[in-house]
Parts: sequence; structure tokens; C-alpha cells
Amino acid sequence: MSDEKNTAAKLEKIKAEILAKYPTKVARKRAKQILVNRNDSTGKVPEVGANMRTVPGIITQRGCSYAGCKGVVLGPTRDIVNITHGPVGCAYYSWLTRRNQTRPESDTAENFMNYCFTTDMQDEHIVFGGEKKLKQAIQEAFDLFHPKAISVFSTCPVGLIGDDVHAVAREMKEKLGINVFAFSCEGYKGVSQSAGHHIANNGIFTHVVGLDDTIGKGKFRINLLGEYNIGGDSFEIERILDACGISLVSTYSGNSSIDHFANSHTADLNAIMCHRSINYMAEMMESKFGIPWIKVNFIGAESTAKSLRKIAQYFEDEELKAKVEEVIAAEMPAVKASLEKAKPRCEGKRAMLFVGGSRAHHYQDLFGELGMETLAAGYEFGHRDDYEGRRVLPSIKVDADSRNIEELHITPDPKRYAPRKDEESLKKLESEGLAFREYDGLMPDMKENTLVIDDISHFETEKLIEMFKPDIFCAGIKEKYAIQKSGIPMKQLHSYDSGGPYAGFKGAINFYEEIERMVNAKIWSYITPPWAAEPELSANYAWVA
Amino acid sequence: MLLRHTSAEPVERTGLMINPAKTCQPIGAMYAALGLHGCLPHSHGSQGCCAYHRSALTRHYREPVMAATSSFTEGASVFGGQANLLQAIDNIFTVYEPDVIAVHTTCLSETIGDDLNQIAIKAKDEGKVPEGKYVIHASTPSYVGSHVTGFANMVQGMVKAFSESTGKRNETLNIIPGYVEPSDMEEIKRMASLMGLKTIVFPDTSNVLNAPQTGKFRMYPKGGVTVAEMKATGDSKATIALGPLASDLAARKLDTLCKVPCHTQELPIGLQATDRFVDTLRKVGGVSVPESIAVERGKLLDVMTDMQAWFYQKRVALFGDPDSLVSLVEFLVALDMHPVHVVTGTPGKAFEQKIRELTAHLPVPVNVKAHGDLFLLHQWIKKEPVDLLMGNTYGKYMARDEDLPFVRFGFPIFDRVGHSYFPTVGYMGGIRLMEKMLDALLDRKDRDSPEESFELVI
Repeated sequence: MSDEKNTAAKLEKIKAEILAKYPTKVARKRAKQILVNRNDSTGKVPEVGANMRTVPGIITQRGCSYAGCKGVVLGPTRDIVNITHGPVGCAYYSWLTRRNQTRPESDTAENFMNYCFTTDMQDEHIVFGGEKKLKQAIQEAFDLFHPKAISVFSTCPVGLIGDDVHAVAREMKEKLGINVFAFSCEGYKGVSQSAGHHIANNGIFTHVVGLDDTIGKGKFRINLLGEYNIGGDSFEIERILDACGISLVSTYSGNSSIDHFANSHTADLNAIMCHRSINYMAEMMESKFGIPWIKVNFIGAESTAKSLRKIAQYFEDEELKAKVEEVIAAEMPAVKASLEKAKPRCEGKRAMLFVGGSRAHHYQDLFGELGMETLAAGYEFGHRDDYEGRRVLPSIKVDADSRNIEELHITPDPKRYAPRKDEESLKKLESEGLAFREYDGLMPDMKENTLVIDDISHFETEKLIEMFKPDIFCAGIKEKYAIQKSGIPMKQLHSYDSGGPYAGFKGAINFYEEIERMVNAKIWSYITPPWAAEPELSANYAWVA
Repeated sequence: MLLRHTSAEPVERTGLMINPAKTCQPIGAMYAALGLHGCLPHSHGSQGCCAYHRSALTRHYREPVMAATSSFTEGASVFGGQANLLQAIDNIFTVYEPDVIAVHTTCLSETIGDDLNQIAIKAKDEGKVPEGKYVIHASTPSYVGSHVTGFANMVQGMVKAFSESTGKRNETLNIIPGYVEPSDMEEIKRMASLMGLKTIVFPDTSNVLNAPQTGKFRMYPKGGVTVAEMKATGDSKATIALGPLASDLAARKLDTLCKVPCHTQELPIGLQATDRFVDTLRKVGGVSVPESIAVERGKLLDVMTDMQAWFYQKRVALFGDPDSLVSLVEFLVALDMHPVHVVTGTPGKAFEQKIRELTAHLPVPVNVKAHGDLFLLHQWIKKEPVDLLMGNTYGKYMARDEDLPFVRFGFPIFDRVGHSYFPTVGYMGGIRLMEKMLDALLDRKDRDSPEESFELVI
């Protein structure tokens, strides 16, 4: 099959074959989430079913709201004492497992990243309520560490027994005189991690953003949104921005401090990496403070260069533009040299990516640079706009699960609202190709006759591997060994296995080397032992032959 | 410093746990269920529980860990999860075709009070369970006990669902191996077979969570105790339950249901606990101990003799699960080591009592805590330093900060391999434990010796 061209008819047949295994109701639902991509010249793509409930019993990649809130968005911030209110498990599993790196300002500066804090609720707290225990936990955290902020994350039973975590947070904030805030991110909220991202955005925006009006140094001041410093990605982006003379006010939330968040409304541009997890923050900051946002992507050397140019274009400063070109010119020779080595050994090989809410899109750029083709891709927790582009936002029906997640209604801040650019200059920049508040999504960037699958199941993963035998498959830790046991190299794109960074220029080089190693590994040729390759019993004497 | 906010002075805490030394029940239930051949574990709760448990087990074993979830939404949390579970059972048997679905609860479904037994009966009545297939279940509230409790509950669930007595006793011995590695389960089977005994070991994760690379993924690997074997446990002569916390519950249930007498004892880690295991096998099985086992014992004793100097009075800090810590402490004491700080996250005062008994005669004070955490252990270490730290991967943060030799032991181990393949139980497992401790201690000696006393021969 690998040598044949994938036609729409063939892919539709494969889709039908997959769906045939499911009970009728499940098949009907999955049919909306498995698509053969069409991509005409106008960029119009088919409608995909996304951000829908996972059917019980259909083995999914997805996690929960708590994982999205505490694990993803708040996890990388080093100086908040994050207390998980609940039985021990949720705190335990989100303890250091996401590889968020951080670099405190000094050897003694606050860093709670390596700690795990939980109220460890016992049965009596489930029966009689856990508020008292939570208060005590906050008090003890304060007494031991005197942090500048404490936050509380609710797990499933907390919502059910009705602990008012927000009231406890308010009371303790008043009592201790530090910032204390809570998130109602119970695991059952929403349909995936995505609900937790939204809850986290709302919480930080409400309780932290705007608390510090100090205007920091730098002429070109931006926030980087939706970058979590896994494997050191943020460090590499920071290095590049610094070289260009662009000041980073705050990253949400790789290598971040709560102080950065508090001050982030003073930036002049929001640049979004992971659209899914953080676009709410960008929207709210624009409404309240007048900061425009653009979509960027630092995954891939060409994409990094393009993103830097977009930022420079926004600031309309010739000196910055020249500096950006200078940095790109200085970085590219090493990238090109590495690519020249890797590309001949990777070109023409085929990848599949099922990960995240943006990585299945971003990493196609890197595979593209290596001359590799993406046969199939999809998100674990993306919404329709992440697939089809934000143009479909008005047509997305809000279902019961999404309605349960609070939508904050933001009005301009009477004192701090200051549009960074007037309408006229925004229009002018737009006419020059700089798109504001825009993300085109994954599907327009994918070729015709590729597969787009939302919330892929284990069964579908197995079928894809069996039918396409891709040269590399990218997903997460839960999928890793099922795929490798099938004889296909598997690259984790949540945690990067133990690799990274893969962002920016140096990251691209790391990625080329990693993929070159993986798709050419000798291991796969050893699976069949010699006695199975030639099973005849009478020996042919090797030295005679 | 990685743990730069940890001070040396312990203060009593009643609200906040910092750096836990345990995790929650459902993951233990999932692990146990994977030791049943053809079984798909199922987590009755929010998706995140299942995702977290699968991730943690996968990181520890570097193997596929297949499990499904009831994918609760807000609606299910309010109205109960019955509809979700019924639908899940239908889908799982249709799509993934296991022989058994082993359902465990979560704090969510426990708090809303879903009745798994009733839902399982309803699934059968509605024809959602194909002929010859099973839905078994265990109640595993995350706010009681720890992952070890969850393991115990699911093993009991296996007995409740399958064990039956035909009225004809046979010579087979049941062995419940406890919450140990697949390699340990393999070793327990090997030792029993050296003794000439016919056994049913359950659960049995060997060849499930240490399965070979064959280029072909198997949703249900070759290992695991079979349903037929599980049924037959009710006719066995006796049950040997290793590790009281993990195995006693199921052994007693088997006694109650099928009148199979049980012998519960410590995990066979180290010389004496292994001696007792072998002796129980001998007495209960009615066999004599073969030369091959005596040779293995002699080898263990030989290494103990040869290397005694390097163990003598070394101060050790330990954390892990009660069953394995009790046996390990006994072994360390036998090696003339001083286990001075011992913490388990699992609640239960019996543990503290047991450790105190084992260390009562030591010439040094011993700190022990059940339902403790690594923050407390670290504070103890800062106050009264040690020569060696033993525990799961989370210990490496303390080890680096305090510059301590560190031996990985227990669950989870996220950053090394070996535990899936090389046992720590039995006499050979004892040798491996000593090897690991000596490597750590002697590497340290080699690193720190002045050049003139840096030795080729140790």
C-alpha cells in the first residue's frame, strides 16, 4: 500500500472499514470525526466533528479538565504553591511528569516546581466536607514557605460534595495577605483537557493579570502565549527573541513566574503558539487592555523565521526588521547544514501525528522541512476552529458540555485600556499580510487526500498502523509502546520522550537529528530471528556457501 | 537546589501533604487486572483517571497498558454513571473483544454511590455481556488507603468473580504474589516449580508488562492468570498470600468462599523472608526443599559474607509500600545496616509497629511513619544524615540535593530499566538488591576516596 497513491476513494473505503467495527451509534458519531481532507484553492475544508464527548469504552488519548488546568497551564509556573484539593492521585500523577523546565532568577529564588502539594482527602473529608482541611493546608503552606501566591485545584469529589474552594481562597487571601485563588477544574467538566485550559485562563486573568502596572524595559515588548517549555522549548525561543532585541514580558506559561503574569498586560503584542489552550487569554487581554494578538509558530526553522518577521512587521520598525533578518541569517547556516545531512535519509518517509491541540499542526512543518509527508493527523482535544480555522467560530454550536465552562464577559479597563494600534494601522498591516485574531487551522495546511481524525481511538490507531505502515507515528506516552510493539518508531510529541528542545533554530536541528535516528534505526531489522527467517531444519554449512 | 524550600526542622502538619509516598487505589486495581489473561481494565470515572493511571504504569513498565474509561461528564456525575458503564461494556466487548472487563471505581463514582454489582448484573440481563465473557469489579475509593489497597481490592474482586469449589480438593497451591514486579511474579513461580509444586499464581503480570518485542502488538499479551485457572483456585489445597496488605484480603475471601486455607506472610524479599516463604512452600506443599534452592540460598549467604564490611552500620533512609518495606528493613538489619528513617505513604499504624519491632535492638534511634510523605523524610535526612537512600524515582531529587547514593526500589521507577526483568524477591533477588546497594555505596567510595587510597581491588 505504501507505494500507491492515496485517493479519496481509497481513504473513504478505509474509513468505512474502520467504522464497520463499531456499534451503529458509535459509528455514526465517529464518522463525523474521521475525514478525508479536501482542500481546494479557496482554502475551504470539510466540517469536522471536534470537542465532542468521547464515547464510554472507546479507548481514548484524552485526559481531564484538571489535567488541562493544573497540569498544562499552571504547571510550568515556578513560584505559586499549587495545592491539589482531593485524594492523593491527581496531585501525584501531575507531579513532574510533563517535563516543564524552569530557570529561577537565582539559586535562592522561589521554585516549587519539584514539589507536589495535596490535601490528600480521606473518607471523613468526603463525608463531612473538606473545607477545613483545605484551609489548614493553605495555612501550613504559608507557614512553611511564605510564598507570594497559593492556588487551589479542585478534583472530582470536591465539586460533588460542594466544598466552596473559592470562598476558602477569599478567606485565606484576606487572612494571609497574599494572593490565594482557586480553580473549579473538576475532572468531569467538559469533554477533555480543553475545558481545564479555559478554566485556567479565566482564573489567571481574573486573579492575577493586571496587578502590576510597571512598564518594563525594552522597545518591543511581547507576551508569548501557549508555550509550556517542555524539554526547554521556551529557553530556545527566549534566546532567539533576545538576540532580536524583542523583550518577553511573560510567557504563558513556560519558564514563568506569577510576577510575569501580573505584569503581562503591559506588553504591546500577544503572540500565540498553542491556539487551543490559550486563545481565551489573548481575546480577553485584547478586550480589556487593547493588546492585539497574532498567531505564531516556532516549531520548524522556516516557521520560526516567519514568526519573527511577523513580530517585526507588527512593530513597523526598520531597525528591528533588519535585526531579525540578521539573526535569521546567522542561525540558518547551521540549520541548513544539519538538514543537508538528515534530509536525504528522511525524504519521502511518511508520518502520522495525533497529539495536542496544535502540535499535530505545528510539527508538520518540521516533517515538511525533512521532506517527509504527513499521511494523517488529528488533535486529542482540539475544537473545530483548530482544524478549520477561526472563520468557523460563528457557526460552532455551543453544546451542554461547553456551556458548563464559564465564559467571562470582558469590558475595556477604564484606566488601562489602550489600543496599541489604531484601527487604521491594523487595517494597513492586515492589507500587508499580517493577520490579527486569525488562525487558519490544521486542515487548510494539510494536503488533499490525507486523513484528519479527531480524538483518535486505540482501535483506529491500530488500524492505521496496519493499513499504512507509516515510518513514524507521533502521539503520547499511553500510545507509545502499542505502536512500537507493532514495529513502528514512535515519537512522543507531548513530552518529547527525553528529548528537546524542538522549538526555534536549535530545536529544529535537534528534531532533524532525532527523526533521522528514529526512521533509520537498525532495531527494526532484528525482529525476525535467523531461525525464523530460514526455518529449515537441516543445516546448510555457512562456510561452504 | 531542587528542593530548596525544605527546611531541616519538621513541624506537625495535619492539612497538607507534600511530596506523597503513595498514590491512589485505582492504579493498583488497574495493575492487578492486567495480571488476568485477556482482561481489559476499566476505570469507572472521569477520563483523566484512566489517562493518568495508564501513563504512570506505561512510564514504569515501558509497555502498552490498555484500559478503558466510562468518560464521565458533568451529567453523569449528577445523574449517576450507570448509562456510561452500560454503554462502555457494550462498546468494549464489540470493539476490543476481551474475555473479561475488570471495572474499578474512582473517587468520583464512589462519591456519587454507583453500585457496580447492580450495573454488572444489569449489563448481563440486557445481553451486553457475550456468552463466556465476564464483567468483574472492585470498589476502589481513592480517599481510602493507597494504590496497594486498590491492588488488594481488585485481587479480591477476581476471587469473588471466579473462584469456585467443585468439592474436589487437589494438590495445587494458590500463590498471591503481592504488589510486586512482573519479574518478581516470574521468580516466585520459578521457585515454586523448583520445589516441584503445581501452583496458580494470581494476579500474574509476567509476560504482560514485560512482554517481548515481536513486531506484533498484542492487545492481550500471552501472560496472565487465565479465567480457567482463577476458577480452579477454589479447589486448591491452600493459598499462600505474600504481603499482608496486598494479598491477605483475597486469600481470606478464598477461604470464606471455598474453604481454601490461607497462609499470609511477608513478601519474600531478603534472606529471612525468603526462608519463611520456602519453608511455607515445603510445609504446605508437603515437599522437601531441593538442593537447587539450597544452592541459591547459599549463594546469597556467600555474597552477604563476602561484602559484609561494606554494609556494616550504613545508615539508610527508605520509602515505599508497607509490604515491601517490612521485608526490606528485615533484610537490611540482617546485613547489619541501620535503616534509620522509614516512611510509607499508606495509612496504617501496624506498619510503624512492625518496623519498630524489627529495629528495636539497633543501637541508633529509628524514625518511622505511616501515612507520611517525602517532605518529612527529607527533613529527617537533613537533621540526621544517611549513607544511602532507597525508594522510587521521586527520591532522586533528595538524593541529588543531599548528595546521597540512591538505589531505586519500588513503584514508580520512571528513569531506569531493570525492575521488569530482574527480581528482588527470592534468594537471587536478594543478590540483586545487594548488588544494587553495593554499586551505589562503592561508586561513592571510589568517587570520594583520596587518590592515594583509591583502590583497584575492593
